[in-house]
Amino acid sequence: MSPPVATPFFFYLLAVTMLIGGVLVVTRKNAVHCALALITTLLAQAGLYLMLYAPFVAGVQIILYAGGIMVLFLFVIMLISIERTEKERQFNKQWLIGIAAAAALGGLFIAVYTKGKALFPEGRLTYAEAGNTQALADLLYGPHSGMYMFAFEIASLLLLVAIIGAVVMAKKRI
Amino acid sequence: MHAIVEYIQSYLSSDQTPGAAGNWFWATVYVLLVFVGLSIAVICMNWLERKILAHMQVRLGPMRVGPHGLLQPIADALKLLLKEDIMPAEADKAVFWVAPFIVVLAAFTVFVVVPFGPTHAITDMNIGVLFMLGVSSLAVLGIVTAGWASNSHYPLIGALRSSAQMVSYEVAMGLAVVSVILMTSLHGLGLYGVGAAGSADTGTLSMIGIVQAQLEQHEWFIFKFFPLGLIGFFIFAVAMIAETNRAPFDLPEAESELTAGFHTEYSGFRWSLFFLAEYSAMIAVSSIAVTLWLGGWLRPFPNALSGSTWDLVFSLFPGITFLFLGALCFFNAARMPKHPFFKIQTIGLAGFGAALALIGVVLFIPGVRERVGDIFWFSAKVAAFMYLYIWYRGTFPRYRFDQLMKVGWKVLLPTGFALLILTAVLGFVEPPVAAWLRGVL
Repeated sequence: MSPPVATPFFFYLLAVTMLIGGVLVVTRKNAVHCALALITTLLAQAGLYLMLYAPFVAGVQIILYAGGIMVLFLFVIMLISIERTEKERQFNKQWLIGIAAAAALGGLFIAVYTKGKALFPEGRLTYAEAGNTQALADLLYGPHSGMYMFAFEIASLLLLVAIIGAVVMAKKRI
Repeated sequence: MHAIVEYIQSYLSSDQTPGAAGNWFWATVYVLLVFVGLSIAVICMNWLERKILAHMQVRLGPMRVGPHGLLQPIADALKLLLKEDIMPAEADKAVFWVAPFIVVLAAFTVFVVVPFGPTHAITDMNIGVLFMLGVSSLAVLGIVTAGWASNSHYPLIGALRSSAQMVSYEVAMGLAVVSVILMTSLHGLGLYGVGAAGSADTGTLSMIGIVQAQLEQHEWFIFKFFPLGLIGFFIFAVAMIAETNRAPFDLPEAESELTAGFHTEYSGFRWSLFFLAEYSAMIAVSSIAVTLWLGGWLRPFPNALSGSTWDLVFSLFPGITFLFLGALCFFNAARMPKHPFFKIQTIGLAGFGAALALIGVVLFIPGVRERVGDIFWFSAKVAAFMYLYIWYRGTFPRYRFDQLMKVGWKVLLPTGFALLILTAVLGFVEPPVAAWLRGVL
């Protein structure tokens, strides 16, 4: 058994990358730069999943979000005129709600940081990293432990509805 | 000092990949070996593509630099490095600078999990195939940003085409891959009826695991549930050409309409990065296909020609191949014009042949022979794919964009869905039927 690679150093590195990326997403005026910053954030997030011994989730994060959805984002962004949006003043009409939400979230973080030891029992989840994907598959589809099968199918049905809706809206004559 | 030597030697007795054994030294060595090997492969591929394409079109191809143009790739590389690096005035500087690196990083990172042998891989990941597909799908980001950052018409059109094409074909490709992952969990009786009979259990995404599943089932997945494996392989083989933007799906860089597509504005070193990434991406997707369908590092005919005699015969192949290449060099050196002007070239070619023959002789040593067999078969299968790439380029005319979309969405995607469903159904139907057939016969 090799020593764990999930050292605090990697956590802080990934967390800082995510934070910088997240701030850049909302502050940059150029939409393509925003998208690239968002990709950086998503990749760092995949790294965090890896640290949590969830390689499958990390792989799906890369292939779906960074590789799939963000490509479509860029595809759309490139079709709009960047020059005009760059000259526009950035506005924010929901700063009041934003401040309230940020304060609530910050309060929660502080509470967890100060009283976390009492609130949550200390201990480390011992997931077998090697069998993570298999364990996930067993939970989703396994004959005895497939307890999330129904939820999974419902979610896929929801996606199907979204796809059909998009086709109907985009194409008037089918 | 002693501890370091011991640390280095400790890996040699383990039968794991350096990544799994957690050995830093050997992991670094393997990374460097793969990097160097890949660079050499790209150089060879550059020369071979120009030469083979030329011969297909009844031309000679590069003949000037070195005997039979053998030094042409090196001359090209020097030229590219010395060329002026131009950046368009209106280009988005940062994005223009970073785009080639995204493409190169995506193309090279996937080789972390490519299994050249049961222990000859940098590491074995639990999510191997997913990792390869995910990271290679990041390459499209580099292409799209390169096209956009150039701030020019042709690159933008090329980038838009490229993103639409790669996203479309990724879907069909994913379906074909999923059908193979399903096959790893279905221990049917196999085409030859020699596989281990058993019920379905969880499969694997690990690249080494997939090849081992083919070893245990005594069947390459291209032959499994005939013709389902073959159809899945065909879908992947078409989609992988579209993914790597190669002819006949090279619309993103269609030179007759878009000059050079997304990399029109790139020159010198940055352009050579795109070139490097394109070829290593081709090798990467070929090695996915080899791992998933063609038994990875396993030698051909494991069932029909089995036994220790045949094992020995097949283990001689690497040496024979290199001896053959060396003999080819000597043959051509003998055919060189007997003019003082060609003297250096003749000596050079003969020396190259001698070097190849020496490698061939070294590969006959029993210890070496056993270690490199898996690497040789893997590389040979990948090389066959690389030849196919060149062959396609010399054979097929380019698709029109609507034809491309039609093939992707209306042919490959429904076929992929049908394939997936049929594979699942057959996986459950086959074991009892095969057992019943055995009882009858």
